[in-house]
Amino acid sequence: MIPISWSLALSAVLFVIGVIGVLVRRNALVIFMSIELMLNAANLAFVAFSRDMQSLDGQVFVFFVMTVAAAEVAVGLAIIVNMFRLRETVFVDEINLLKG
Amino acid sequence: MTPVPAPQLIALDWWALGAVIALSAGAMLLLLLEFVPAKPGSSRAAVLSLLTLAISAAAVFVARDARRSIFDGMFVHDGFTVFFTLLFCAIGAVSVLLSWDYVRRTGIHHAEYYVLLLCATLGMIVMAASNDLITIFVGLELMSLGLYVLVGFRRAHLESNEAALKYFLLGAFASGFLLYGIALLYGATGTTSLTRMAAFLSESPLRGNPMFVAGGLLLLTGFAFKVAAVPFHMWTPDAYDGAPTSVTAFMSAGAKAAGFAALLRVGLTALGGMPAEWGPILSAIAILTMTVGNVTALLQTNLKRMLAYSSIAHAGYILVALVAGGRDGASAALFYLAVYSFMNLGAFGIVTMLGRGREERVLVSDLAGLGFRQPLVGLAMTVFMISLGGIPPTAGFMGKVYVFKVALGAGLVPLVIIGVLNSVVSVFYYLRVTVALYMQEPQGEPTEVSWAAPAVVALLVTLALTLWWGIQAHDLLLEAQRSVMGLL
Repeated sequence: MIPISWSLALSAVLFVIGVIGVLVRRNALVIFMSIELMLNAANLAFVAFSRDMQSLDGQVFVFFVMTVAAAEVAVGLAIIVNMFRLRETVFVDEINLLKG
Repeated sequence: MTPVPAPQLIALDWWALGAVIALSAGAMLLLLLEFVPAKPGSSRAAVLSLLTLAISAAAVFVARDARRSIFDGMFVHDGFTVFFTLLFCAIGAVSVLLSWDYVRRTGIHHAEYYVLLLCATLGMIVMAASNDLITIFVGLELMSLGLYVLVGFRRAHLESNEAALKYFLLGAFASGFLLYGIALLYGATGTTSLTRMAAFLSESPLRGNPMFVAGGLLLLTGFAFKVAAVPFHMWTPDAYDGAPTSVTAFMSAGAKAAGFAALLRVGLTALGGMPAEWGPILSAIAILTMTVGNVTALLQTNLKRMLAYSSIAHAGYILVALVAGGRDGASAALFYLAVYSFMNLGAFGIVTMLGRGREERVLVSDLAGLGFRQPLVGLAMTVFMISLGGIPPTAGFMGKVYVFKVALGAGLVPLVIIGVLNSVVSVFYYLRVTVALYMQEPQGEPTEVSWAAPAVVALLVTLALTLWWGIQAHDLLLEAQRSVMGLL
């Protein structure tokens, strides 16, 4: 059996990659993908803990997270597509009407 | 692994769930009704939303003295739930009244607007009633997804779209932190139920466990984002500014109250009072939030942005109550949230009425001379401003008195001094609005006011509550104290 520390390390690495992606990338779609990576890192942690502790709660939680993530994709892509229609850009640097 | 017991519901449980069922049913009914198109100009969706919110409030009111834990303790019906359900229904109803005419004149009059508003209200109620991190997360996302769409509801409007994109990306980012925090807390304690977490922690304290500490801090980050506390406030002015004003009113009151409700529930139930390690962190966030909010608000010329920074500052005052902690701190926070919600709804409500047709007037200078031309608008705006600034005899003053009294009782003298100094600073920009109303002449075309009966009703209700709670604060405070009883 794979020790839990390996899964947790992988989950932490994925989470950090996601955070860095959100902070350094300027394309709204890539930022969004990085956010999904963060959610999946959390999912991996849930499943790993769940298996380690022989408790179902964590696995159930993953189903909720996947459903919520799917809903988030529907809303997020709609906003980004609408943005592209209006402005013909998905780069967050060029989306700067509101400031102050 | 233990088998999962089937949930058994008794008659009283249905009453306890009544608010949630009514809101879900109302939202779905509104969507289905769209297959039969309403006459142009019909108010069907708004009337049905009001009805749904009224039924929902009535259902929770009927069962207000019942105490129930439903679905294996995931959803609890206690004083705290009742207080927040009634508050969210009221916030929803006032927002519907404010939207009534506004969505029409800005060309976003669709039933989906009200459906999303009801869904977001439902999410807020679930957040306040949850006793499990899973349901808190689902409630938070239900609220946020509704709000993301509502913020971008003016699809052809560049600012609205930009606000939605920024709110969405930063909101989803914060959800990621919150979720990872929950995962770590689950790993450290072996449960997502707040009650079982409390039981686990009382047997084997995890004070120094790095996984537990990191989980708690990530969770705190997620909530700090939702209540717009510095340094997680960057989305607030842009989202509030770009969103349709009626949505700004709704989210400034509702989303903040819901974020604090969930934070209070987690802090008081699961962690047995705000953990001591959080004290310095919460104090630092409170000081930063008050100061950055107020100082930045001084520089604003746009009314919506000014109120956005003011709402950040108010989150700071509520955080002071949270730092004080305990039952008194929680009840002062509840009192402040109720008061803040109505005075803020009123202030944004007036902004929804400024301008005619598709034109919107949102600058402080647009108010010039309005106080004498439109006495009701002038009077109401003045009351909301002095209440937000914390001057008697208004509710805002009583809210600050209770918060600072509780903080003094907990020995947080430096925090109270900074809070009071901040209130003084805030009076300066709130009074600038009053000065514009009564002592300035309009430059260029004077601002017109779009009168509509529902908005006037909303305005009178918020105005009455702001004044009433300023004079008779005792009843509301008693309610707030009673509703936090079950938590500790």
